[in-house]
Amino acid sequence: MGTLTIMVVVALFLAAIVLGGYNKNFLERVKGSTVWDWMTTVDHKKIGIMYFMSGIVFFLIGGLEAILIRLQLMVPANDLFVGDIYNQILTMHGTTMIFLAAMPLLFGLMNVIVPLQIGARDVAFPFLNSLGFWFFTAGGIILNLSWFFGGAPDAGWTSYVSLALNEYSPGPGVDYYVLGLQISGIGSLISGINFLATIINMRTPGMTLLRMPLFTWTTFVASALLLFAMPALTVGLLLLMFDRLFGANFFDYTMGGSSVLWEHLFWIFGHPEVYIVILPAFGILSEIISTFSKKRLFGYTSMVFATVLIGFLGFMVWVHHMFTVGLGPVSNSIFAVATMAIGVPTGIKVFNWLFTMWGGEIRFTTAMLWAVGFIPTFVVGGMTGVMLAVPPADFQYHDSYFVVAHFHYVLVGGTVFGIFAAAFYWWPKMFGKMLHEGLGKFQFWTFFIGFHLTFFPQHFLGLFGMPRRVFTYQANVGLESINMLSTIGVIGMTLGTLAFGINIYRSLFIDKTKAPADPWNGRTLEWAISSPPPEYNFAQLPLVRGYDALWVEKEAGKKELTPAEPLGSIHMPSSSYLPLVMAIGVFISGMGFIARGDYSMGIFGLIILGIAMFMRSFEVDHGYHIEPEEIEKDKGVDA
Amino acid sequence: MKRRNIWRGLFVFALFALVLTGCSGHESLNVLDPSGSAGEKQLDLIKLSFLIMLGVFAVVITIYIYVLIRFRKRKGVDVMPKQTHGNTKLEIIWTVIPIILLGILAVPTVTTTFDLTKIAQDEEVVNVKVTGYQYWWEFEYPELGIKTAQELHIPVGKKINFEIHGKDVLHSFWIPALGGKVDVIPGRVTNVILDANKPGDYQGKCAELCGAGHALMDFKVKAHSAEDFDKWVTQMQAPPAELTTDSEKRGEEVFQQNCLGCHAGINQSVPGPDLSKFGTRDTIAGMLKNNPENLKKWLHDPQAIKAGANMPKIDYLEEKDLDALVDYLESRK
Repeated sequence: MGTLTIMVVVALFLAAIVLGGYNKNFLERVKGSTVWDWMTTVDHKKIGIMYFMSGIVFFLIGGLEAILIRLQLMVPANDLFVGDIYNQILTMHGTTMIFLAAMPLLFGLMNVIVPLQIGARDVAFPFLNSLGFWFFTAGGIILNLSWFFGGAPDAGWTSYVSLALNEYSPGPGVDYYVLGLQISGIGSLISGINFLATIINMRTPGMTLLRMPLFTWTTFVASALLLFAMPALTVGLLLLMFDRLFGANFFDYTMGGSSVLWEHLFWIFGHPEVYIVILPAFGILSEIISTFSKKRLFGYTSMVFATVLIGFLGFMVWVHHMFTVGLGPVSNSIFAVATMAIGVPTGIKVFNWLFTMWGGEIRFTTAMLWAVGFIPTFVVGGMTGVMLAVPPADFQYHDSYFVVAHFHYVLVGGTVFGIFAAAFYWWPKMFGKMLHEGLGKFQFWTFFIGFHLTFFPQHFLGLFGMPRRVFTYQANVGLESINMLSTIGVIGMTLGTLAFGINIYRSLFIDKTKAPADPWNGRTLEWAISSPPPEYNFAQLPLVRGYDALWVEKEAGKKELTPAEPLGSIHMPSSSYLPLVMAIGVFISGMGFIARGDYSMGIFGLIILGIAMFMRSFEVDHGYHIEPEEIEKDKGVDA
Repeated sequence: MKRRNIWRGLFVFALFALVLTGCSGHESLNVLDPSGSAGEKQLDLIKLSFLIMLGVFAVVITIYIYVLIRFRKRKGVDVMPKQTHGNTKLEIIWTVIPIILLGILAVPTVTTTFDLTKIAQDEEVVNVKVTGYQYWWEFEYPELGIKTAQELHIPVGKKINFEIHGKDVLHSFWIPALGGKVDVIPGRVTNVILDANKPGDYQGKCAELCGAGHALMDFKVKAHSAEDFDKWVTQMQAPPAELTTDSEKRGEEVFQQNCLGCHAGINQSVPGPDLSKFGTRDTIAGMLKNNPENLKKWLHDPQAIKAGANMPKIDYLEEKDLDALVDYLESRK
């Protein structure tokens, strides 16, 4: 508590110095500053950019942890990171990459792009959108503060009990995991609900469900998965919190609890989570392949149904993470067959992508290169996925490096390649600048080759008897050269990531050329408006006359969308500092509970949250209007 | 054009085959070269699923390469592709064929899943009770009255029925060369049936993250011919060896004063491995070669050798007493 107070005071001092001291104009100066504007924004595009950028920061942290892991495993019997510290690194690598990198990067893209694709001016609940982002940030910061105050969680990203209970993980590490994930999880749940409401309610006239772009569709299904999957994690974390903080016995077998209960709760969330991060990547791929092949997406309707089916089946396969728990052959067989069934809709998607390119005119831009690299990589991940679905074979693969190879093929070869593709594709729409294509291609090739060099050999590590999550292995049992190869591959991925960093810096701070509204000859609504779009997105809501709404207009020989309404005054939501205050409240509360002691800080944080909620409930806020004259002025500048 | 694609598919296949045969693991822990019937059945399924998937991969990659080359944008050519909606016939084909392929895989999958849990009625079975602790393994043969640790001895050709108990955290009992793993779950009993079809030394591993020493929670599996196994049983069942030298006698006193609490099951909350036949083991703590020098090293600082081990440091004994203790332990045969 003392440390926290000192930190808050120092932060206020720094803020005061930067802003030129406190006097009458202080508040005005603060409110006029860019930082304040971003902290209180409810604009979906700004929130999306903040999600995306924080995702990149956490991706770099998680990547650094991955480098440390591979350094330790480069040679047998290495002693760089041994025992607990290695377990902390591997736990934080997994947790960071899934919850703090993959999800916010995708949320960022969804936030910016989905409202544009359905012709909306904002999301359904702009305030909630901001709240979701700040909760995610609070949770992410809590998780990573663990490195500095008491040690990081070390029970794996799955945090299996009873290893994660007080008796076997006595430090505060797992508390950071529990509270950090709980808080960022609330943020994810809020975002999921928001996207569902947005896609159901905010579509522009003519944008029927079966005219929605695939990225919007996959966002919709992923959000539904979030809505149903996150509560399982919330419940699991709550029970674990009670066990750890308040001496409950949900998971302690000596007191009648069960460690298998945690496994079920975790994977009922955990498996759909995998689809939450891969489905949007499928959506991204469908958009990019269609655009750069200059062709309508092949089998659009079957793509939509495949997406829905994957989402549906995703809830019925969680036991395939638990084949070795000994639930018996009946249960194992049922879940095995259900798992194999997912291969069918996934296969449909792959063939539809291939036949979208068939007969097209393929332009190999950087975005398209990532998409093209995605296909064989993801197919390998899917192949090993089907192989893993066979329980007797899984008894051998389970918890070995084969599994590590498999899920990196899916999550890096799938999700991360998809995110990079999307970054190059939508960057102009997000920032109004272009990323450098040459640097992008350099990044693609180094990262792509490095990735395969790192993870392809790991299949064999598993088959040659190396369990996962080990900090060392024996010499002379055929594992050295494969591990060495795997570590060498990291160089490629590191170079690629550095190139991406340089590319971002160049685009934001050096390059002065502005991006055109439609740099790729796009097909969907977001390419009809300027890059970046004005804060109200569409001066007049467009009338959608078919799938690939912009392409339909282009084919009809038009340059602009057909408006669905006359030019008029646009109602906009006002910014609010309350989401940030609420997030600060839960942050203080989370840190208070982690510090244990008398929980006064924990309760103090909840009081801040309560007051902010009260203020929000009784606040009279009608938003503001942007008048047609102002819009005309904007248009003039653009043209 | 079509012909070249077939060659490409073959090339990919050859590449995979090369990798599969070219670099190989060690026979003591290689899943691809099993020495037990469970491992063989599992390898059969691995092969079947791999071949089916390889077929799918070959088809995908052939279309993929063809499409990327044939339909790339060529300089100076600017065509407007036909905007096709789809093709029902094709879409049905690539829905139905995968369903058939998965059906072919599903049948042996389900039958083997059930097979692996069965033992024929007339078959001779050796029962072994396994208990996983942070970070060591206890093996008990209830019918033979033997209790040992870290080294599992089994007869070749007989089914071994492992009954697996957990006391602290999750572990996973895995002997890659003999067959698949099963989790060690605190408060539950799990089962796995394995056998070895040729004598030899195999490696056992813990496959579930169980704490700081997870990577070092190894054990040895020694598969013997029937005679050798009987010899081992007789040796283990014999009363402990007589104390011959003064040093060994002193060692016994030191042992009783310092080690008995954990290593003879008196203190149930901190169980340690049974050491009554320590001199017969190949390794100390499942990792160091068993000789007096290494034993001293282990006693001095167990955590330096096995991270997170619960064994306290025995660095407070006088040099003479330590030597005596080592002598005593090494004479336990």
